[in-house]
Amino acid sequence: MRAPPLLELVDLARHFPVRNAFGRRTGWIRAVDGVSLAVSAGETLGLVGESGCGKSTLGKTVMGIHAPTAGEIRFAGREIGRLPRRERRAVARDLQYVYQDPGASLDPRWKIVHSLHEPLKIHTRLSRAEREEQVRAILTAVGLPDAHLDLYPHELSGGQQRRVGLARILTLRPRMVILDEPTSGLDVSVQASVLKLFRSLQEAFALTYVFISHDLAVVRSMCARIAVMYLGRIVEMGETAAVFAQPRHPYTRSLLAAVPRIGGRRVTLDFALPGEPPNPRDVPSGCRFRTRCPLVQDVCATQEPPLREVEDRRVACHLA
Amino acid sequence: MTELLSVRGLSVDFVTDGGVAQVLDGISLDVGRGEVVGLVGESGCGKTTLARAILGILPAGAARLRGGEVRFRGADLLRADPVAVNDRVRGRAITFIPQDPSTSFSPVFPVETQIMDLMRWKSPRAPGGNARAPRWRYPRERYRTDREAVLETLRAVQIPEPARALRRLPHEFSGGQRQRLMIAMALLPDPDLIVADEPTTALDVTIQAQILRLLRELVKERGVSVLFTTHDLGTAHELCDRIVVMYAGQAMEAAPADVFFARPAHPYTRRLLASVPTGTGEIRDIPGEVPSLVAPPPGCRFHPRCDYATPECRAGRPAPRALAPDHEVRCHHPVDAPGGVDA
Amino acid sequence: MSAAWFVVRRLTRDRSALLGLLLIAALVLAALLAPVLATHPDDVFELHPAERLRPPGGPHWLGTDRMGADVYSRLLFGARITILIGVIAVGASLLVGVPIGLVAGYHHGWLSDALMRVSDVFLAVPQVVLAIAIAQTLGPSLPNVILALSATYWPWFARVVYAETRSLQKEVFVESTAALGASPWRLTVLHVLPNIASPIIVRASIGMGFTILTAAALGFLGLGPPPPTPEWGRTIAESREFLPDAWWYAAAPGVAIFLTVMGFNLLGDGLRDVLDPRLRRGRGAR
Repeated sequence: MRAPPLLELVDLARHFPVRNAFGRRTGWIRAVDGVSLAVSAGETLGLVGESGCGKSTLGKTVMGIHAPTAGEIRFAGREIGRLPRRERRAVARDLQYVYQDPGASLDPRWKIVHSLHEPLKIHTRLSRAEREEQVRAILTAVGLPDAHLDLYPHELSGGQQRRVGLARILTLRPRMVILDEPTSGLDVSVQASVLKLFRSLQEAFALTYVFISHDLAVVRSMCARIAVMYLGRIVEMGETAAVFAQPRHPYTRSLLAAVPRIGGRRVTLDFALPGEPPNPRDVPSGCRFRTRCPLVQDVCATQEPPLREVEDRRVACHLA
Repeated sequence: MTELLSVRGLSVDFVTDGGVAQVLDGISLDVGRGEVVGLVGESGCGKTTLARAILGILPAGAARLRGGEVRFRGADLLRADPVAVNDRVRGRAITFIPQDPSTSFSPVFPVETQIMDLMRWKSPRAPGGNARAPRWRYPRERYRTDREAVLETLRAVQIPEPARALRRLPHEFSGGQRQRLMIAMALLPDPDLIVADEPTTALDVTIQAQILRLLRELVKERGVSVLFTTHDLGTAHELCDRIVVMYAGQAMEAAPADVFFARPAHPYTRRLLASVPTGTGEIRDIPGEVPSLVAPPPGCRFHPRCDYATPECRAGRPAPRALAPDHEVRCHHPVDAPGGVDA
Repeated sequence: MSAAWFVVRRLTRDRSALLGLLLIAALVLAALLAPVLATHPDDVFELHPAERLRPPGGPHWLGTDRMGADVYSRLLFGARITILIGVIAVGASLLVGVPIGLVAGYHHGWLSDALMRVSDVFLAVPQVVLAIAIAQTLGPSLPNVILALSATYWPWFARVVYAETRSLQKEVFVESTAALGASPWRLTVLHVLPNIASPIIVRASIGMGFTILTAAALGFLGLGPPPPTPEWGRTIAESREFLPDAWWYAAAPGVAIFLTVMGFNLLGDGLRDVLDPRLRRGRGAR
């Protein structure tokens, strides 16, 4: 057994109340409903799933943007899910979060130089000269010239804004960064540039990534381990190459079968998963996937399958 | 060969705050009967503008036609009588599936009202440009026939319980179901050509697979041609018979799908295909950035980022060269082609 | 300060905003240079009963009032009162309303509800009526007018700031700066406030017009600064019994009020057009 994991989630849950017109609570959206996983220092864990699976909410809950409804978040051995606000803010030094468009995280009325100095001003007592040194180092690391410091965000291109947004987070030298759909909506060549940047930054700063995405091809090229989520829970988790080669959960199989490939036979000719993902308000009893599963049996309706070890990975299926 | 749709030398400018952007530069392409053609390109390449130009819905104030023609069934849509085009072509012979299903419907009317409104004007049984019969009249007979057609088409797009579904409001449907409704609405006027603008971009991958399969089955069944824009190469592979690649307002290469993916000749196409992430191998991107269309690079617009660029590429736009009867490329140095460069 | 210059340049392209700017500039000049520009500067205090109610012409450009004082000169000095009241009243409203709006916007709970209900109560009563009530209770004087006006205008600032703060909280850059560990104080003062400066400025400009109008109303009702202060509203009240013969007596201050209020409104509208889209508009051709 090596060093303890950097991040550990134990049965983490985050529910959102549904209120009717009078403000009374009529139900819950169980966005994250019992997730347990561990991330070791230096690795990249991919979190995949379709809309409504809860991966974004999971990222935000770990980050502290939402408070957990239940369960524990342990970061570097310390429980951080229930910390008082001031102490939780101090954790931001080590655990950071990148939005889908990091450029949007910049205050439009602030010059780049001030946006980059700000994290250091909040968390450290470095002198101005020391901060300047750090900022310059980070700018070089993300591949931007010093001249950009004097500009406003709207004077930079989208790609440059993205790099500045990343630089801002990296000034704190966090140990772990949660990337939430970082390549969603990007052109494929731009996406390639961004992924290259992430890889080089990971090396330069010894970062640990949690990579949230719905794009399986991207996750496959970036993440050594992958966790597949469906309706608030993890249904399969293991090494990426193994999961892709031989998916054990029926949902994972359908998900992989749906991804268009370039060259070869058209995948959609054979694609057979019917229906839509159910509403997170109305989670089916027993196994959540049973309403669409091609292998459904009676037991699937009565008992929720736990996430258990099966050979080289973990699967939540009665039939795996 | 009588193509259904034939675009020749289309050039469109947009007037913007920063200057005049040359959004389309001499685009030519063909769509045959019953053919699914994919327009592939990254943001800013002009594919959406081209789709809009074909439909004739470019923003009137900002867009300026600089030249070229769009021939549909032989007639040039850009120079024909606008009233006739609006009546017989737009929404009838050529229909449209927009990108975002959540904003395609009016939120306040039930689906039935909106679809039947479409049928009143654009049903195959609606009177043509005949000035004598008042066209806003919707005789009960035709209404009933049209409604039957609607129900049947809804069944074809796999909307469960079509009669009940019609009475619902758009927000009661999921994104995938709304896109099915849009497909139904695009098929109901019995069109010759459907223009689809990134129809599955906003959908989850499993829903996307369902929709792509459905779309391909339906158009092949009915012999409808499709011109469909996308930036996702995988989707293009799933749906298209032929693919046209655009970059910064210029068409670069056009080939049948299997040739396109197996033996691309244009350097941009090759770079584009190479940047799709595969296993954990090296990630290859394209150096440089997409050029501004207000001051685009002269000649071939890709030359500043191209590995094989020579002064020739800067001097003038390469003429279209046919590498095979179906495979056309606009490049001075096509890769692995006679007269070109080696990979 | 290049930002201010940019704003002025954009403003001058809009003709009505330019008109507003010129009117305000004229007002400010009149107020500042009153002793210099006035033909009869002492008429503010001295009386010349022999000259009473002379029509415009000769040494009296806009005629004389019932005390024989030069209407034009008194008008200029009245401009000083007008600006004083406007600036201080709006300034005080701003200083009270903006912090209240910020607190209400930032908090989500009983405090924010309470503050906004209080401001709603103030807004529910027509401003003029409320100002009259306050001024009446406190007695007619310049400070009391200013107090009454501030007390009735602050909710407008609170409202605008509350709405903008709430909407800004959902912006990615606010959420991400909070995720970086910024304290609420830092977020509010350094990030939210600069980004809502535009709506505050617009509201202040429009508020000036409105406040000045209400001040004139108070003056008209005798609740403003007592004579011999050449306040415009009071002058109109004085002129009432001499209408319609001594039309210049009422027309001069009336037109002055009209032009001032219109000037501020035009400027406010122009500012709104210049300041807001600039924030949201991106750059460059796509």
